[in-house]
Amino acid sequence: MSGSHVQRRGFVQSTIDTLYAAISRVMYAETLARGEGLLQGIDPRVKLAGLLAWILAAALSSKLWVIAALLAVAVSLALFSRVPLSVLAPVWTSALLFTGAIAIPALFLTPGTTALDMPNVGWRITHQGLASAAYLITRVETSGTIALVLVFTTPWTHILKSMRILRVPVIIVVVLGMTLRYILLLLETAREMFESRKSRMVGTLTSRDQRRLAIHGGGVLIAKAFQLSGEVFLAMQARGFRGEVYVLDEFSMTQRDWAALSLFAMLAAGAAWAGR
Amino acid sequence: MGGPLMLFEVDRVHYRYQQQTALSDLSLNIAEGTRVALLGANGSGKSTLLRVLDGLYFADSGQVRFRGDELTEHMFAHDDFAYHFRRQVGLVFQNPDVQLFNPTVFDEVAFGPLQLRWSKSEVRDRVGDILDRLRIGNLRDRIPHRLSGGEKKRVALASVLVLDPAVLLLDEPTAALDPRSHSQLIDLLVEWGGGAKSVITATHDLRDLEDIADRCFVLDAGQLVAEGPPNEILRDAALLQRTNLVHAHRHRHGGEIHSHPHVHGSET
Repeated sequence: MSGSHVQRRGFVQSTIDTLYAAISRVMYAETLARGEGLLQGIDPRVKLAGLLAWILAAALSSKLWVIAALLAVAVSLALFSRVPLSVLAPVWTSALLFTGAIAIPALFLTPGTTALDMPNVGWRITHQGLASAAYLITRVETSGTIALVLVFTTPWTHILKSMRILRVPVIIVVVLGMTLRYILLLLETAREMFESRKSRMVGTLTSRDQRRLAIHGGGVLIAKAFQLSGEVFLAMQARGFRGEVYVLDEFSMTQRDWAALSLFAMLAAGAAWAGR
Repeated sequence: MGGPLMLFEVDRVHYRYQQQTALSDLSLNIAEGTRVALLGANGSGKSTLLRVLDGLYFADSGQVRFRGDELTEHMFAHDDFAYHFRRQVGLVFQNPDVQLFNPTVFDEVAFGPLQLRWSKSEVRDRVGDILDRLRIGNLRDRIPHRLSGGEKKRVALASVLVLDPAVLLLDEPTAALDPRSHSQLIDLLVEWGGGAKSVITATHDLRDLEDIADRCFVLDAGQLVAEGPPNEILRDAALLQRTNLVHAHRHRHGGEIHSHPHVHGSET
């Protein structure tokens, strides 16, 4: 071999990299949630109830600045809780792309005054259409950010236990609880599948082969997901799981928790009043 | 009358996975306090039988009784019976990955005791104790998912042993372990409970049979084909060969190639 040359990473390698990154993100979320920070020290029940109230206030608000203010507060809380922007940014981008795609028709179809004419195609964007799209995108970004703040500052088992305390039905809590357990196993399985494919691959794949590989991989993963879901659930049952969530940590309200609950409630009420 | 108290009574059990029969007209009895090996090649029905014994699968026909109580879905719908049974019987799965789903090793081992509603102080004490006994105290804050195969197996074992069950069901406990971990695990199982507990091990590895079992049941295609003490089973070369527990192994001595029975999992 004479020296090295740079190769394109290719579909298989980039898929493996993406899966590694996804596994790392899941691990990182749990590490952050168990670390030090402003929100990490607050009772999970307070966070769950308070942040849900904020999401509700954002969804009901009819003023854009109110929703944007809630977003700003959520981002500030994330930073004070040592959740870096680099963790939030990919979710913002994804939400923007998906919600943006959904919002595009509203730009043209919502009746109202013209904001921009597109003479070549004869379409026009209305002010009302722009406002509708802005509301939709801002609400989704804000709700997503608030939900992420909760997930990155609270261990998953504590969120589940808090949900049961807040009377969320057992079946929903069980499904959510098992979701995290499957995610790691499925990500690992997918990574091994693609690494195994790579180990037997010479040269590069055509676009058609890449699509075929992705479809086959998806099919195999779905089949494995069914099998794994059964296995993990059996393993939980075998150790006495009956649907309820029990964790070692005791939840007890301190003065700081009551103060946090008051702040959460006041901000939610203020946002609801200002955004009415 | 007056015979040994039966732990499990399996009476003409059939179990199918959709199109495939896993257990067929299977009957066997396991007495209290015995150490039993379920022997059979891959696909012989060992794992399915363990799950039936653990009340995770229910027979399509036939009966399974645990200390006289029939294991049915109806029985497990009652919290009292379910908690009592789960407290008494522990199952270690073959694949530790499906058994490790908590964020840390400590949480993983504490999962079972918490489900059985032990007091929090007792959970903390017992988890710490079992981690030390299995020499994995240094892993307590690690993420189970990121452990080595041997470490995962130990954590999976700890997550069941912490309950101190009277009956331990083990599915291929030494599969894929390095020789040292294998040896340590066998020592632990031999010593566990001072030899007074019931241990039912599904395996196709004959190396440690006499250490881990007083009695063997040999399964083939979901049926019981033989039972007896380990030395008797190990002497029956025709049986072992017929059930794929040994096979003719060709190798070279000097310039001559010859074959002799080869034990699965054995290095000799």
